[in-house]
Amino acid sequence: MARIGVFVCHCGENISATVDCTKVAESIGKLRHVALSTEYKYMCSDPGQTLIKDAIKEHNLTGIVVSACSPRMHEPTFRRACAEGGLNPFLCEMANLREHCSWVHEKNDLTTEKAIDIVRTQVEKVKLNHALQPIRVPVTKRSLVIGGGIAGIQAALDIANTGHKVVMVERSPSIGGHMSQLSETFPTLDCSQCILTPRMVEVAQHPNITLYTYAEVESVEGFIGNFKVKIRKKAKSLDEKVCTGCGLCITKCPQKKIPNEFEQGMGMRPAIYTPFPQAVPNRPVIDREHCTYYIKGKCKVCEIVCPTKAIRFDQADEILDIDIGAIVMATGFDIKHADFFPEYGYGKYKDVIDGLQFERLASASGPTSGVILRPSDGQVPKNIVFVACAGSRDPAKGIEYCSKICCMYTAKHAMLYKHKVHEGKAYIFYMDIRAGGKNYEEFVRRAIEEDHVEYVRGRISTIFEKDGKLIVKGADTLLGGQPVEVVADMVVLATAGVASSGAEELAQKLHISYDAHKFFAEAHPKLKPVETNTAGIFLAGACQNPKDIPDSVSQASGAAVKVAALFSQDELTREPLVAQINRMAPPLYSTCVACELCIPVCPYQAIAMEEFKNRDGKVIRRAAKINEGLCQGCGTCVAICRSKSIDLYGYSNNQVYAEVVAMLNEY
Amino acid sequence: MKTGIYPGCSLNGSARDYNESVFALADAFGLPLEQVSDWNCCGATAAHNLNKNLSLALPARILSLAEQNGMDEIVVPCAACYHRLIVTQNELRKDPELKNQVCEILEMDYKGTSRIINVIEWIDKYIVPDLEGKIVKPFDHKVACYYGCLLVRPHKVLAYDRPEDPQSMDQVMTKIGATSVYYPYKTECCGAGFSISRTDIVSKLSGKIVEDAESRGADAIIVACPMCHSNLDMRRNDINKYWGKSFKIPVIFITQAVGLAIGLSAKNVGLKRHFVEVNIS
Amino acid sequence: MSHTETLTEKSTLAYNIEKYVDVISRKCYQCGKCSAGCPVADEMDLPPSMVMRLLQTETALNDEKILRSHSIWLCVTCEMCLGRCPMDIDIPSLMDFLRQKSLKEKKVNPKARNIIAFHKSFLNSIRLTGRLFELGLTLDYKRRSMTLMQDIQLAPRMISRGKLHFIPEIIKGKAHLGKIFKKTK
Repeated sequence: MARIGVFVCHCGENISATVDCTKVAESIGKLRHVALSTEYKYMCSDPGQTLIKDAIKEHNLTGIVVSACSPRMHEPTFRRACAEGGLNPFLCEMANLREHCSWVHEKNDLTTEKAIDIVRTQVEKVKLNHALQPIRVPVTKRSLVIGGGIAGIQAALDIANTGHKVVMVERSPSIGGHMSQLSETFPTLDCSQCILTPRMVEVAQHPNITLYTYAEVESVEGFIGNFKVKIRKKAKSLDEKVCTGCGLCITKCPQKKIPNEFEQGMGMRPAIYTPFPQAVPNRPVIDREHCTYYIKGKCKVCEIVCPTKAIRFDQADEILDIDIGAIVMATGFDIKHADFFPEYGYGKYKDVIDGLQFERLASASGPTSGVILRPSDGQVPKNIVFVACAGSRDPAKGIEYCSKICCMYTAKHAMLYKHKVHEGKAYIFYMDIRAGGKNYEEFVRRAIEEDHVEYVRGRISTIFEKDGKLIVKGADTLLGGQPVEVVADMVVLATAGVASSGAEELAQKLHISYDAHKFFAEAHPKLKPVETNTAGIFLAGACQNPKDIPDSVSQASGAAVKVAALFSQDELTREPLVAQINRMAPPLYSTCVACELCIPVCPYQAIAMEEFKNRDGKVIRRAAKINEGLCQGCGTCVAICRSKSIDLYGYSNNQVYAEVVAMLNEY
Repeated sequence: MKTGIYPGCSLNGSARDYNESVFALADAFGLPLEQVSDWNCCGATAAHNLNKNLSLALPARILSLAEQNGMDEIVVPCAACYHRLIVTQNELRKDPELKNQVCEILEMDYKGTSRIINVIEWIDKYIVPDLEGKIVKPFDHKVACYYGCLLVRPHKVLAYDRPEDPQSMDQVMTKIGATSVYYPYKTECCGAGFSISRTDIVSKLSGKIVEDAESRGADAIIVACPMCHSNLDMRRNDINKYWGKSFKIPVIFITQAVGLAIGLSAKNVGLKRHFVEVNIS
Repeated sequence: MSHTETLTEKSTLAYNIEKYVDVISRKCYQCGKCSAGCPVADEMDLPPSMVMRLLQTETALNDEKILRSHSIWLCVTCEMCLGRCPMDIDIPSLMDFLRQKSLKEKKVNPKARNIIAFHKSFLNSIRLTGRLFELGLTLDYKRRSMTLMQDIQLAPRMISRGKLHFIPEIIKGKAHLGKIFKKTK
């Protein structure tokens, strides 16, 4: 015999100001099978929860309905209270009288009547609830960090230091990411590689970290705590165990004119190369697309000069299968390059460069050894125009967001230029100055007051070339839109930060959400910045949206602790509100007709076919089966099943029907 | 596919040379070009500056007449008329109520079905396919192709070429043997309708266009708009006086250049009517 | 939770521009790219970005400034501003509206007299014959602007090159055109 307890919450005044809670409690109390119907001001509070626990014992309740806010707010709270009161937590339902009723209507009789209807439907539903047990899955205590930039490095080190294993995968030949390309970092003007390389070495030497560079994630299957990952180790064309990193092959390679990706095209590299001298691991790779041996079958100089005979031309890609418990996405970002801008020359002008290219010019290990020189003629520029907001905050170009870091690095670039070329003139054309971090505003003021960088408020309309110089046409909006024209030796565009190339494909491989700009989506913009909507996959760094180094490092540590929390248990519990394909005695086994329609529609790949064999091992029947570890209870399969063989725990067909009937009838 | 032509007031008047070259070219390639019957002025800049309904009614009358003529396609050599006709067609398509209002003013039916093309599109579609065999005198010169404003803007409405560094005219010129120079002023304004009321502004702006072309080593400026031509050619004395210089670079219509390449005489294509002497052979 | 109209002052230019031209002046974040690319910005009293800012303040005082400015008449309608605006604000249509309103309310800047005289002479010519009669236009303009000797030196060369016609072309639909002008007054 059902004995339901109903608790109507005032939610302070959120509900009671619009809904007559006393009347609701009274009306519901008159229903069949309702053993108790009461009201209280704050059900989620300690006394409120005690009310539930005591009532369960006192009235021998078989189910409860808490009529309050949205289950997204407090369902876990009330389920826990229920469990502590001795009742199975899945016999607790919530009736949403706040978001669905009091917050969207005016105070009148109809609103109260609607509230009563809502509670009544939940009462009828909860009568049909099953006492479910949480699903337990084992946890593989090894994490995967995808991306070897500063965020990936930080996350890997933090997880490894908690004593758990980390596999790090980086697609370029060395870890380090964009931070390794920078000359100095704001606001301290620390040398970027000096603060980064110790961390890189730590990653390489850490006993808990296995590092695969020049490798990519091939596929990911499975679910939280139980991922099955395939990693493709691209052929480096040498035996890493034998190679000593002496670098002789690099100096002897005759193919020297390949645009260097690390130098952003400002310098060249050979076909066998390391991206930069402090690369970790310090082993070269052969770029097969440009290597003479692979194109024409000739050369092999590297093999000849190698003292340890480490070159392996026939090496093939290797696929590794690894069991992983949690994944951290740290794939970083890219920037738009000069060819994106029609009004700035479609990339035609050699002296119009982007921020990363300027970093390479300013960097002591760069193509010009840290001397700022014009790419066109190698002269020192007597003035430079820096263009902020190049592409960002520009709906007409499809990038309406702010890239966050450009105001700061533009100020930094101007300062570096002034430090290196004392008589040079630096102009920054800006719209706003976003310097919100610690010591950031002071940094910008230093640029203006001490280094005499001239800030002009207005965007640049067009840039074109004349007599080897660049004519920059802008305006000063603080002077009423007065046109300003600068004859510049060089222009640096602070271009928009965008998602890393291949981000969309990777997100699809991992089944994580991403936004229209291909940045990975966090689970909640305010409260869950390091989690994704896919359980077990976390975010760190600029792959979520452009951000600076302190923020990337903070977020990476945040993701690491989530992984550590996951690994702190041997087993994971999951909510059992999953789908279930019916099973019955042989010879039917199930009403499922094996049409397999449910398998492709499941967004979580949670359904597979099960085979029933007879004593001789022959398959006599096939029926679909839900993987409870993956199922998220969305109900798509329930809707599509033509033989009505699938039902959803917690939202069964009978329950929904009972709710509908309850809504339409007053008992 | 019936192709008509809307010459517009300039081609009928002071841009007579342009008109002559268009028809000479059409003749040489056997292309029929019937004029829109009893066409009126499109209103140009004056109408849309002073009176919205008038600025829509005048072009709508032209398009309606073209529809009555059964023209699927209308070639509009004047860039300003081309701009006004397409903008009007677009406005009336977006807003059916406005369309009804305009039809009421006109007391005419209007469907907006004709396709409006500019002279470069016409050349690309009907002349370029047969061009190679017909070139007898390749236009072996360096040229600065000047597009002006109204051929390429607003890009969302005209959807022609690209608004920054357009290449359609350059490509046609390359096909007749010319070398197109890098020319950043190709879409900067010449001063438009201020030729008479603010000649100083035209002198300033057109002067910059002429100066840049000369400084880049171009032998000629190629245009596809009679207004631009007038400002760069007829106003050359004013430009020279304003800048204190003596710019000599000739300004040639694209139809004239193509005409010369296929062997038409300078007189045939109206070159003798220019103000700035055209002495490139 | 009702959504109130954000522009409640129906008399402001910004409201009318939003209503009749479908341009939302609030979108402008004053980047200045329009003024930077405008060919006549250095001649203008109010470059286009300033016009946008004055509109945004939605005050009668600033609306007056706009309608009485020289800028709106100096605009050469080259559409470079819209071509580069990151917010795709239709400044050319906005300028047309401002010009029409300035004329209707008789707030035209005296410095723009000649420019308007030219436009009026142009339309007059079309009204009379259906197609522009350049000689008629020029004479009418000289009468309105009292610039009798301007461009006199051009005349002989135009005549010798056959570019100046002495007789206007009158279209058959002249009466129809007259009707159109009357209806759109």
